[in-house]
Amino acid sequence: MSTKKITVTINGETRSAEVEPRLLLVHFIRENLSLTGTHIGCDTSNCGACTVLLDGRSVKSCTVLAVQADGKNIVTIEGMAQGAQLHPLQEGFKEEHGLQCGFCTPGMIMRAADLLAHNPNPTEEEIRWGISGNLCRCTGYNNIVKAIQYAAEKIRDTGRESIPFTTHHPTETTA
Amino acid sequence: MFCNTPKEISGMGHGMKRKEDARFIQGKGHYVDDIKLPGMLYMDIVRSPYAYAKIKKIDASRALAIPGVLAVITGRDLEKYNLHWMPTLMSDTQMVLPTDTVMYYSQEVCAIIATERYIAADGVAAVEVEYEPMKPIVDPHKSMDPNAPILRPDKGKTDNHIWHWEVGDRNATDRVMANADIVVKEQIYIPRIHVASIETCGCVASFDPVEGKLTMYMTTQAPHAIRTVVALVAGHVGLSEEKIRVVSPDIGGGFGGKVPVYPGYVIAIAASVLIGKPVKWIEDRMENLQADSFARDYHMSCELAANKDGRIQALRIKTLADHGYTDAAANPSKFPAGMFSIVTGSYDYNTAFTEMDAVYTNKAPGGVAYRCSFRVTEAVHAIERMVDVLAMKVGKDPAQLRMENFIKKDQFPYKSALGWEYDSGDYHAALKKAMDIIGYDALRREQAEKRQRGELMGIGISSFTEIVGAGPSRHFDILGIKMFDSCEIRVHPTGKAIARLGTKSQGQGHETTYAQIIAQELGIPAEHIQIEEGDTDTAPYGLGTYASRSTPTAGAAAAIAARKLRDKARKIAAYLLEVSEEDLEWDVNKFFVKGAPEKAKTIQEIVFASYTNHPLGMEAGFEATHYYDPPNLTFPFGSYICVVDIDKETGEIKIRRFVAVDDCGNIINPMIVEGQIHGGLTQGLAPAMFEELIYDEDGNMLNGSLMDYLVPTAVESPKWETDKTITPCPHHPIGAKGVGESPTVGAPPAIANAIVDALSHLGVTHIDIPITPQKVWNILREKGMVETV
Amino acid sequence: MIPQAFDYESPATVGEAIALLQRYGSDAKILSGGHSLIPMMKLRLATPERIIDISGIKGLDYIREEDGFLKIGALAKESALEESALIARKYPLLLDAAKMIADPSVRNRATVGGNLAHGDAANDHPAVMLAYRAEIIATGPRGQRTIPIDEFFLGFFMTALEPDEILTEIRIPIPPAGSGGAYKKMERKVGDYATAATAVQLTVDGNGVCRHIGIGLTNVSAAPMRAQRSEDALRDQRLSDELIKQAAVMAGQDCDPNPDLRGSIEYKRSVVKTLTERAIKTAIERAMNA
Ligand SMILES: Cc1cc2nc3c(=O)[nH]c(=O)nc-3n(C[C@H](O)[C@H](O)[C@H](O)COP(=O)(O)OP(=O)(O)OC[C@H]3O[C@@H](n4cnc5c(N)ncnc54)[C@H](O)[C@@H]3O)c2cc1C
Ligand code: FES
Ligand code: FES
Repeated sequence: MSTKKITVTINGETRSAEVEPRLLLVHFIRENLSLTGTHIGCDTSNCGACTVLLDGRSVKSCTVLAVQADGKNIVTIEGMAQGAQLHPLQEGFKEEHGLQCGFCTPGMIMRAADLLAHNPNPTEEEIRWGISGNLCRCTGYNNIVKAIQYAAEKIRDTGRESIPFTTHHPTETTA
Repeated sequence: MFCNTPKEISGMGHGMKRKEDARFIQGKGHYVDDIKLPGMLYMDIVRSPYAYAKIKKIDASRALAIPGVLAVITGRDLEKYNLHWMPTLMSDTQMVLPTDTVMYYSQEVCAIIATERYIAADGVAAVEVEYEPMKPIVDPHKSMDPNAPILRPDKGKTDNHIWHWEVGDRNATDRVMANADIVVKEQIYIPRIHVASIETCGCVASFDPVEGKLTMYMTTQAPHAIRTVVALVAGHVGLSEEKIRVVSPDIGGGFGGKVPVYPGYVIAIAASVLIGKPVKWIEDRMENLQADSFARDYHMSCELAANKDGRIQALRIKTLADHGYTDAAANPSKFPAGMFSIVTGSYDYNTAFTEMDAVYTNKAPGGVAYRCSFRVTEAVHAIERMVDVLAMKVGKDPAQLRMENFIKKDQFPYKSALGWEYDSGDYHAALKKAMDIIGYDALRREQAEKRQRGELMGIGISSFTEIVGAGPSRHFDILGIKMFDSCEIRVHPTGKAIARLGTKSQGQGHETTYAQIIAQELGIPAEHIQIEEGDTDTAPYGLGTYASRSTPTAGAAAAIAARKLRDKARKIAAYLLEVSEEDLEWDVNKFFVKGAPEKAKTIQEIVFASYTNHPLGMEAGFEATHYYDPPNLTFPFGSYICVVDIDKETGEIKIRRFVAVDDCGNIINPMIVEGQIHGGLTQGLAPAMFEELIYDEDGNMLNGSLMDYLVPTAVESPKWETDKTITPCPHHPIGAKGVGESPTVGAPPAIANAIVDALSHLGVTHIDIPITPQKVWNILREKGMVETV
Repeated sequence: MIPQAFDYESPATVGEAIALLQRYGSDAKILSGGHSLIPMMKLRLATPERIIDISGIKGLDYIREEDGFLKIGALAKESALEESALIARKYPLLLDAAKMIADPSVRNRATVGGNLAHGDAANDHPAVMLAYRAEIIATGPRGQRTIPIDEFFLGFFMTALEPDEILTEIRIPIPPAGSGGAYKKMERKVGDYATAATAVQLTVDGNGVCRHIGIGLTNVSAAPMRAQRSEDALRDQRLSDELIKQAAVMAGQDCDPNPDLRGSIEYKRSVVKTLTERAIKTAIERAMNA
């Protein structure tokens, strides 16, 4: 079977690689690019531990082929802080104790980044539904909700972008 | 709440932000699958599609023909090194790989070693195994049938009985039961469930053929014990204990599931030793759910006797425990059913008897303490359900019945009917507080009105007593190793410290809480105390983190090691200030001369002196170690109240409110304690309404993936409301008790009681968890409340 | 869980994709959002030799009204439905359903076309499109053809698409004034496939008489199904609670569910009845307020 050359922009950097078509995006990110902050927690696309942003939208990278990301913009947890400055979501998770073992945390943060980019002022209910594709076994979710509320407020107050390295958030195309 | 240090020091009682978070929120956690070593190979496992079958043939030729597949390891290969069997933590035996028979669905059959993860997976798909399926035992009630196959002839067994265990006074209990005004009975099943931590299990086994040393990176909650077990199992092939280093990196949730030694670990070690290269094995989620240790699976026949006023007089429980094909629980060895005998609960009566029989079936082995210190969840569910059944029978409000039966505050220390010494408690206060917060009386009025209108609403209480912190060495050991734990503190010349402990955090925040304990005792800012765990080459020996034992054992060890250092500090301060030790008094972070507070030496000055200017005849440096052997267990408790609304047509259940009042003694970090409680509550909700490992009659697991094993999301999980009472533990050096498990233990009966309460006017007394809409609907149909179409 | 190796093509146009389908025949499989296919490939329940990834085809993700239809390009994502002002304004049934499909990250990838082409009665869009009386546009070497939704689902994971055809568009007739719709889904937990669900789209005239009615059911039959008898019972009738209940009971009777982890046959029938009743009532309410 043939391989394919792909080029992606990941956390603002351009990276190319020759990959097997069957390579899952999550493995490409973790193994080929050595960005191990993106995790794997299931085989059936249910847990969300692998969530990254693909062209500004949260996706489960275990259910995307690396070749499908060719030419696209990826942001992972490693791209969220700007230098020493944490992203408001990262801050929120720490301040509100939104994590325990930390295994679900990168996926939660990436999912929440998309949520806040499209709904800067979510209700608690909207946050809970908004992260319903991300499982956390440790926290009971109370503090994850608070962490996202913390970040929402911070983003509103500071005018920071919810999603770094992305200038547009493609939504619907209507003619 | 106890809190007497300033925020800069952040001793006990401060909601200090977690030190470990910096790496986790930036994707810099270091979990086992993040490890990449030069030349590392990958292992993947072929698993059985049958619950019970003879292996006729394993044909690996197609797999071996795949470029990159280096080896296929079978039980026959391991047999040559006598590594095909291993002991379980309960001194039973478990196959590493089978030589002829598979005993449960998804059991390891053989392993592929390949240069890449993807190639290993191709290898798995290419192995052809010929099986001769046999009729498995799935229902534990049938395991003792005369015609049942004998599952463990290898152990010389003639039936499928593993052990019988009993505690209490059988005759006295029988007598009280026979003469009681009221005896209520229920069959209560606690389903087989799974910890399902979001990180699965895995390892990198790295054998260095030159040094003859094995480094084992693995997802283990008990690295030291694992090192010893590996030395015992593989000593005969040259792995002696000083040549084994177990490293437990960051762990993505453990909850008891990462205590046992799974076959995959051992196969990876064997492969690395044989090939001389590092071998990585990371299990899939499906393997994790289907083959790793389960929890619970107790079938309990419960009887509770009382007088006509509802004063409890006796408890009798007979349990059938399904252990799968081997007893791979992780209990202390003298306690095959763990701390199940806490089952008499929070109530004052002196007669009880409980007995249990464990049997083999063709299911995955286990019986791990899933976020519960050894079978406490089962026990608490039994008693808290039975108390509600009794309340219904005598027509009393369940809160009132509890209040009337609670052990009173002034009865502590209290000797329970089954022999435990409860050290402290104030059960009335906790329940009262929960009732006040939730507005209990108003809810009961609302319920009465709703019933008039035909609406279904229920209120459930659980007032549990936990038992954690195993444990005192005269009773508690695992494979003979006593269940102490340890801490070693080194303070550097500039007054900053590193402490190493024998436990291993899996999210509990040890890097923060242990630092706070030491900060409390020594006045060194917690921020400047680095905590290390999980590397057996550096950390002192300990039995690890499970059963809420870290704070009760290693936390105590940290406090006492720090106190040893404070004793030394006193000597140095006396020397520096030229006064006698008795003239000195300690204040937060310094010794000062009584009556002359301006004459003082801070801990930093004292530590510096210990390296630069210590008294003649005193050992230089500032280090101490302590191995803590707890005098007793600790007994956290709490009262939970849950309110549910039920859709009377579909049976759907909505948790409207849930209030949890916990008492875990003195609190080290209130933020972390609260977080532990939230998480435990969701893990208690899970088996109450969603989770159960389901087998069909052929022993196939029907829901072995996260598609069908229903781990609650943020939507199912309600907004938890928490509060506390504080009754310090009298025998723990800092008065703490351990907390992580109380909510997992206390929540299921609160929820089950609420749902049953919503249906109690229809004559319903019990529903087995998980209580699903279908189960509720079945009842509604039986009672004529819904019509079938 | 790793897919078996395959070859990969990413055509830029529908024409190229069809040519590839013709060339590779049954060895090839279309990949759209990938959220049904890739999970099956990871479990090796699907082992295609060649993947033809249509997700890069430009201009096939539209959602617009034109020629009396709401036209949805096959590649429109569930999240686009959710975020569309047009859908929010005029297509409540579609919005209800989109919000209940899987979870937000899945919805960022999953396509409406894929959801239908998969032919899975457990998916939510089939019932929705049955209720809307939608049309499917299939494009193949012989050009385009229109398949009425009633002729699209042929059986268990079987659709009317030919092996060399691609589903390119879904057309929903623009609902006339006085229309409303609703989707009621019961799931074991959020993100799950339905235990059962009912899609209702109806039009009520000024006299409270039901003029158009469509009712589709999810996951209670081998192929996605319409609740025909229930529709007939309501059509051209004044909608009373009693009549609605009767129609709902019919839906419960006419479905053909399997007993499984989601529930027994009796339970699912009962749930269908309840959801149908509730969906009709919500749809009427919305029609009145439209
Ligand atoms: C965790 C999870 C939960 C889910 N829950 C739900 C749910 O609750 N409800 C629900 O409805 N769905 C659910 N889904 C399925 C999801 O909506 C799927 O993505 C959808 O069914 C298929 O769309 P797709 O674009 O991903 O298709 P793909 O997976 O790419 O394709 C599916 C099938 O359709 C074929 N195909 C795709 N597009 C075309 C086309 N244009 N022409 C011809 N053939 C085509 C493919 O060859 C393939 O056989 C869930 C998925 C996941 C992973
Ligand atoms: S790894 Fe679980 S959803 Fe991707
Ligand atoms: S913090 Fe452990 S899974 Fe969420």
